[in-house]
Amino acid sequence: MPVSVANSQLVYDAMKGVGVTLVSALPETWLVHLIRMADEDPDMTLVRLAKEEEGVGISAGAHFAGVKSAMLMQNHGFLQAINGIVGVSLLYKIPLLMLITDRGGFGEKDPWQTEGGKHTRPVLDALHIAHDDLTRPDDVQPTMAKAMTLAQSSLSPVALLLNRDLMWEEPR
Amino acid sequence: MKRIDCLKAIYPELEDCAVVTIMGAVAAELYSLGHRANFFYLEHAMGLASSIGLGIALAQPGRKVVVIDGDGSVLMNLGGLTTLARSRPKNLVHLIFDNETLLSVGGGAPGGYKWFTTATSTGTDLAGIARAAGFPKAQTVRELDDFEEAALDALDGGELSCIVAKVEAEMPKSFLMDVHMLENRFEFPRALQQPPRDRAALRRPTRIAKEQPTTIPALKSREE
Ligand SMILES: Cc1ncc(C[n+]2csc(CCOP(=O)(O)OP(=O)(O)O)c2C)c(N)n1
Ligand SMILES: [Mg+2]
Repeated sequence: MPVSVANSQLVYDAMKGVGVTLVSALPETWLVHLIRMADEDPDMTLVRLAKEEEGVGISAGAHFAGVKSAMLMQNHGFLQAINGIVGVSLLYKIPLLMLITDRGGFGEKDPWQTEGGKHTRPVLDALHIAHDDLTRPDDVQPTMAKAMTLAQSSLSPVALLLNRDLMWEEPR
Repeated sequence: MKRIDCLKAIYPELEDCAVVTIMGAVAAELYSLGHRANFFYLEHAMGLASSIGLGIALAQPGRKVVVIDGDGSVLMNLGGLTTLARSRPKNLVHLIFDNETLLSVGGGAPGGYKWFTTATSTGTDLAGIARAAGFPKAQTVRELDDFEEAALDALDGGELSCIVAKVEAEMPKSFLMDVHMLENRFEFPRALQQPPRDRAALRRPTRIAKEQPTTIPALKSREE
């Protein structure tokens, strides 16, 4: 599978590096390695969700109980979670680190991914949620660290969009 | 069965627990018994009280977590029951007050008229759904004695359990809550920083005799 194992590992290590010990997830293809890494790591609690909005609640509970967490999802997972993001994270001022695999951009072959990808950034902007793209391997660790710092200091959700160039290795 | 009587029955047991309630009637009634910093009232997001409870339960396995939910809220996050069931936190008790209506938006009126009923009014069985979702224990109770017994067993027990309490669709006496959402949001994690005491040490020698009036001072003053 041309999902990048090396870069998934970079993202995973960066996430652990900022203190995340609980991850909630609902996958799509690009998340396969990240979720496996969380599953195989005895120091990580992985919660497999039925719907992404639950993850917002779980992260809020973890925050209340003193544990740093993250959510793994794709564009449509973010869209699925909006009510929770507004009604829990934003309303109650709770830090939330969202890692969103960013489908539907240049190079997307699956027609069904093309709409959700288009709306992710405008919706993040409409909610004034700070976000950045993770595109280059060298940026993963520092950007993750800065994102977590801002989430914790601003008590807000932040989003990192995991791009095609980072996550996908086009078969030669 | 009235929700307020159920809440009175478990109130003394909630010390040291992390208590997460839904909005509206449930929150206002628990508050009326005497607010504590270990109570978090989720004032808007329907369905996510149990998800917040799960996050706490996983992060602090040594603390009892009590989620006080409503039928409408649970119906909005049925998938969450499956997530709870598969995570199976031993320290979480899921209480659902099923009044068969979306009461807090005015879905009930004096005389028992329900203007926005939920599907539990036409036969949907939330305890059955919880069992089928994989909860090791889930039951429906209709009488106060049964509620008290089931709730105290669940609080003392060491496994995930769900109690669906069939209650009247009755509004609280007052919706007054003199604690701001954000105040509550910040005091709650502070309360969770205190290590929980052993539940056995908290336990009073006998359960409250049902005839006796309860002795919580805050309750008396607020009810008048
Ligand atoms: C997504 C969403 N839709 C509608 C509402 C409005 N609302 C607030 S409380 C409530 C009813 C909750 O019903 P239930 O969980 O059964 O609790 P009850 O009020 O009956 O105790 C509704 C519909 C809301 N908060 N969120
Ligand atoms: Mg109801």
